Amino acid sequence: MFEEIGTTTEGDLIINVGPQHPATHGVLHLVITLNGETIKKVEPHLGYIHRSIEKMCESLTYRQFIYVTSRMDYLSAHINNHACALTVEKGMQIEVPERAQVIRVIMDELTRIASHELWWGAMAMDIGAFTPFFHAFREREKINEIMEETCGARLTMNYYVPGGLMAELHPDFQKKVKEFIVLFKRKIDEYDELVTGNIIFINRMKGVGILSKEDAISYGCSGPAARGSGVNCDIRKLYPYAVYDKVQFDEILETGCDSLARYMIRIREMKQSIRIIEQLIDNIPEGDFQAKTKAVLKLPKGEFYTRVETARGELGVYIMSEGATTPYRIKFRSPGFSNLSALDHMARGSKLGDLVAMMGTLDLVIPDIDR
Amino acid sequence: MNNEELKIKITELLPAATFDETGEWLNIHVEPADWLSFAGKLRNEDSLFFDYLFCLTCIDWKTHLTMVYHLSSTKYRHNIVIKSKLDAAKPEIESVSHIWKTAEFHEREVYEMFGVNFINHPDLRLLILPDGWEGKNPMRKDFEDPINMIKL
Repeated sequence: MFEEIGTTTEGDLIINVGPQHPATHGVLHLVITLNGETIKKVEPHLGYIHRSIEKMCESLTYRQFIYVTSRMDYLSAHINNHACALTVEKGMQIEVPERAQVIRVIMDELTRIASHELWWGAMAMDIGAFTPFFHAFREREKINEIMEETCGARLTMNYYVPGGLMAELHPDFQKKVKEFIVLFKRKIDEYDELVTGNIIFINRMKGVGILSKEDAISYGCSGPAARGSGVNCDIRKLYPYAVYDKVQFDEILETGCDSLARYMIRIREMKQSIRIIEQLIDNIPEGDFQAKTKAVLKLPKGEFYTRVETARGELGVYIMSEGATTPYRIKFRSPGFSNLSALDHMARGSKLGDLVAMMGTLDLVIPDIDR
Repeated sequence: MNNEELKIKITELLPAATFDETGEWLNIHVEPADWLSFAGKLRNEDSLFFDYLFCLTCIDWKTHLTMVYHLSSTKYRHNIVIKSKLDAAKPEIESVSHIWKTAEFHEREVYEMFGVNFINHPDLRLLILPDGWEGKNPMRKDFEDPINMIKL
């Protein structure tokens, strides 16, 4: 697996980054061919955290398989669960109560903020600023506390079930979320002051990791990585699910095509997420949090595909059903896998030091890539 | 384009294609031999413009394998699903990684998990499985591994 560290016949240097490297945020292994300090090739070696979730799901029932998906993109656990629940609901034609749909959207957006905050802190740390990490984790902790009260977990939530939610909201939920909104609106401006306007930061990000619009589409990029290149790809806008068609928010687009554009997308997206939560938090309808469903779910014969927008991009859940209690085949189209495939193209010709900025702004979560 | 218009256009391009409309999107069955030239037309034909391959996978039906390609157009926002039936004993299909670059990684994944050989793929090597992997392809239905148990 490890290629010999040394020089090739053309005099190029081959180095290994990872699988245990602080900048890869997980067990990603890159084999990099260098000419001097210039990157000639980046070759990802995957599979260090491959759990074969797709195969595992083939022997789990439609109620059970949702919980495994929290372990894919663990920073978007709620949104992964949402995609799976939606697919099963589509197959079974279950009408989800309005209350559950609204709560799902609030939870999804809180997850998105928490994920972007972790990304912001970690990315700033990668390129040499240590303080933002603590700022980001301080606010992220508030979201984790809100989640913990309602779901009982801080990372692998498992709160969504086919037909609605697993349990009722915690009585303090609305109060805590409103407190968080007030706090976060003040803090997000602090983030900008701390990092966004910093001249050293801009110099390290601007013009680094260029990905043109055509290439972003061809490489199958989605989420902030593609929107930084001006691709309209927000699934919440294009194919609205839950109550996304009833709330006002903007799809954030940047045309810079570089790392700075991808950075700005996420910062601006957090503000949009707050906007969505503000519209919904006082308008959670009364009623059931879960639809009445059969004890044993059997999807009819056929295939079902759902697309949702996670914090990293488009997650697709493809179920091929043979009419049994377990799926015949499940495919998770994870956003990170496609986004990573563009890394080699972006990195060629740039300096080794800039690779960290590119990886940071692609927001790679390795369990999501390996599945 | 809606499904009816797509069907007319696609029949023009490939008369041998058969359709299935039971799913959410229009399903098109294509022979593996026709796939490469048809894929190029889907991508480059101005009125179709399927530039975004958002999912590529394979299904093992024990008797045969089916390749599944989910395509979308960022310009017209129409979606189609292409399916191609492969022989289980010698699964082979042309690579489309030069048409949609994302296919390069996805095809490598299908290659190691299902054992499908992609003809003219630029770099068909193991991606997720460790080097020197021997034995059957893990996502095939007849794969059993008593030591590292996947089935629960």
